[in-house]
Amino acid sequence: MPRRPDPFSPRERVLLASLTTAGPGFSALVGALLAVIAWGIIAYTVQLRYGLGVTGLRDNFMWGVYITNFVFFIGVSHVGALMSAILRITGAEWRRPITRMAEAITFASLLMGALMPFVDMGRPDRILNLLLHGRLQSPVLWDILSIGTYLTGSTLFLYVPMIPDIALLRDRFAAGPAWRRRLYTVLAVGWKGTEAQRHHLERIMGVMAVLIIPIAVSVHTVVSWIFGMTLRAGWNSTIFGPYFVSGALFSGAAAVVTAMAAFRWAYHLEDYITEVHFRRMGYLVIALGMIYAYFTFAEYLTPAYKMAASERGYLNAVFSGQFARLFWFTQVGGVLLPVLLLTVPRVGWVPRLTRVPVLRPVPTLATIATSLLVLLLLPAVLPRTAAFGGFALIRQLPAWIIAALGAWLFLTLLPLFHQRPIAAAVVASLLVNVGAWLKRFVIIVPTLQYPFLPIQRAPAGWAIYRPTWVEWSITAGALAGFVLVYLLFSKVFPIVSIWETREEGHRPAPASSAVGTHGEAADAPVL
Amino acid sequence: MALTRRSFLKILAAGTAVMAGPPAGNRLLRRLRLRPAGGGLPALAASREPAGPIVRLFGLPAGDGDPTLAYAAEPNTRTGPGEAGRRWVMVIDLARCDGCRECTRACTAMHFVPSGQEWIRVYEMRDHATGNAYWLPRPCMQCDNPPCVKVCPVSASWKREDGIVMQDTSRCIGCRFCIAACPYQARGFNWVQPPESEEQRRQPYDMEWNTRHFKGTTEKCIFCPGLVKEGRLPACVSACPMGALYFGDQAEDAVTNSQGETVRFSQLVQENAGYRFLEELGTEPRVYYLPPRKPLYPPPPSEQEPAALGGGHR
Ligand code: SF4
Ligand code: SF4
Repeated sequence: MPRRPDPFSPRERVLLASLTTAGPGFSALVGALLAVIAWGIIAYTVQLRYGLGVTGLRDNFMWGVYITNFVFFIGVSHVGALMSAILRITGAEWRRPITRMAEAITFASLLMGALMPFVDMGRPDRILNLLLHGRLQSPVLWDILSIGTYLTGSTLFLYVPMIPDIALLRDRFAAGPAWRRRLYTVLAVGWKGTEAQRHHLERIMGVMAVLIIPIAVSVHTVVSWIFGMTLRAGWNSTIFGPYFVSGALFSGAAAVVTAMAAFRWAYHLEDYITEVHFRRMGYLVIALGMIYAYFTFAEYLTPAYKMAASERGYLNAVFSGQFARLFWFTQVGGVLLPVLLLTVPRVGWVPRLTRVPVLRPVPTLATIATSLLVLLLLPAVLPRTAAFGGFALIRQLPAWIIAALGAWLFLTLLPLFHQRPIAAAVVASLLVNVGAWLKRFVIIVPTLQYPFLPIQRAPAGWAIYRPTWVEWSITAGALAGFVLVYLLFSKVFPIVSIWETREEGHRPAPASSAVGTHGEAADAPVL
Repeated sequence: MALTRRSFLKILAAGTAVMAGPPAGNRLLRRLRLRPAGGGLPALAASREPAGPIVRLFGLPAGDGDPTLAYAAEPNTRTGPGEAGRRWVMVIDLARCDGCRECTRACTAMHFVPSGQEWIRVYEMRDHATGNAYWLPRPCMQCDNPPCVKVCPVSASWKREDGIVMQDTSRCIGCRFCIAACPYQARGFNWVQPPESEEQRRQPYDMEWNTRHFKGTTEKCIFCPGLVKEGRLPACVSACPMGALYFGDQAEDAVTNSQGETVRFSQLVQENAGYRFLEELGTEPRVYYLPPRKPLYPPPPSEQEPAALGGGHR
């Protein structure tokens, strides 16, 4: 091929790097993802062949990991469209480089979320019955309608602002294969960038930004009603709608932070996605986390205060019983810790922690490793005497020791996170998402463990829910599918809006913005 | 809300009955024990004339205008609406149940209930620490305000006019929403294809007999409409050696047990402080329980902590 003059400006080169560069790392990643997806598909064919009996689900636990995934993915999908709509309406200019990333998250995770109920179905071959005999009284139909609307709406919301960029690619992206240019030509719908076209585009986006908000809110509300519309203790709650919406926004905003860091790192977008963006998104995650914590508090305190007979079982299991470890992890590790981590870069006294001798990394890590080893070995060495078994405190001791060690480790790591606000944000957002998934699990399963009638005469293994390899494989496949869809999207379309960041207002922040200590000045021009 | 002439008459009839009928003799009858002359497996109360005033259900007129019928998107054409004017009802006398589980066995044998499911399950219950332990047989309650019917996306679960909540396993998509919605744990799922004999496989699909069990679908007790149509008692009722289960027609105000005792339904329930399980949920069950007062049987073994597992009962 003869060398042509480079049609792109250096700025566009950087933003289009995701389209043009595909190194061995990319191929390896795609290969790995495809392998995981293939494994998930194999697991699903096993399930198709033998029925849902290959999962851990049973009569008392009719829903489990699949529905957890469903709620989780729909939750993550929330943020893209909703956040970018709100930021667009309120005219927050700093949003420009990250809205498309957020909207693409909506698209990818909505696809996976919508898949999950079908994976969960006992008779996927009868799926047409939903059309032939569908009844609008059933929340299942509400789900189909609202998720369908949201998928259409958010796809449009992602696509329409992308038209000018697609047109740019159509006109100047000569390097790719022919199908690419054909795709761009079709999708650009004759965009020429005239004044009238720009005007229309702005108007359409304005209208859609307003419309997408109620649709997004309705989707997760309806998802929560899958539980809220039953009589079961723990699900029979009037605040499930807003509670789920707040949880969805929290986990979705955290997912955006992760995506920002990944793209920034992979495609060297440091000039566009700056620390300022992480700080802003951090504030958003903190605020959403507070709202979510408030709802969690309200949701659990009201029944816990009364301890009605029907709710006692699952509440005890969640607070101090079988599910306590999961539940408290979701609260401490999934809400409190991330919020702390996000505030750390702004707290002045944190660097001084390094001066405390016990908080130096080497002694801390050494002690923690030794203690964990001892903890693991201790039960094997200690004789199981009645004297030990009798004390509840002794049995709980390992949990307390691990909690104390965790707190110590956290304090040791704080100064490190203080120096690296982006690392802190990424760790925080990953924690939020792990916590969010587990919290969905803790919403679904404990309630099923404590129905109105006690679980009796259940065949062996039916009285407790243990997900099987099939469920985990399909879950892994869905996660890989989410990442793959997202990755491929970034290969075909620019992940940072070119024309919107070119518009007035956005200036790439100076790379040396002093965020480390008192970086307030750095974000002033962007607001 | 329009009050149809028919339901108005019914309310009138019920009202008159209440005013006109202080129980004869006013004695506290512990239990009505009418024994018919003939032995053997009793038929349903045979007479078609209403044996008493038509009972007005709690807020739910029988037959037309029944609000619960509005939940089904389609008319009850798949097996017909059931026998016109009938309102099937079951009464379970907990004082008589000795936990032998003959009902469960009979049901399982009759319907080839897939393993892991018990359509009528006998629970070991104790309402509170000082209360007596007792056995609680739990069929499907055939709720008049059925949560399972409301949530079904495809009308695979629907309410018949004779009170039975039917289940169409040839239409069910296996979403298991109904299992989540049923507060009585009355529904079971075919997690794998239930093993079927050659003979079973040859049977035609008939939802009134629960024949053919399909992988990935939900099933439950449906009051044996096939037997009932032939004038026989449901399998569990006729199998109960203690006569603890009564079955009959609320419209006829008569219920019968396996020992051939045919009694007035309303009297039986009123004089024995009959109640419905989890009444406070508003599901309006069609199964009534008589409390386990002065039980005639040994209680469940007390070393198990029966009801302590679950939530509230009664
Ligand atoms: S007992 Fe359960 S399955 Fe039976 S009608 Fe009521 S809600 Fe439905
Ligand atoms: S499992 Fe079957 S009967 Fe139950 S709600 Fe779903 S489709 Fe209806």
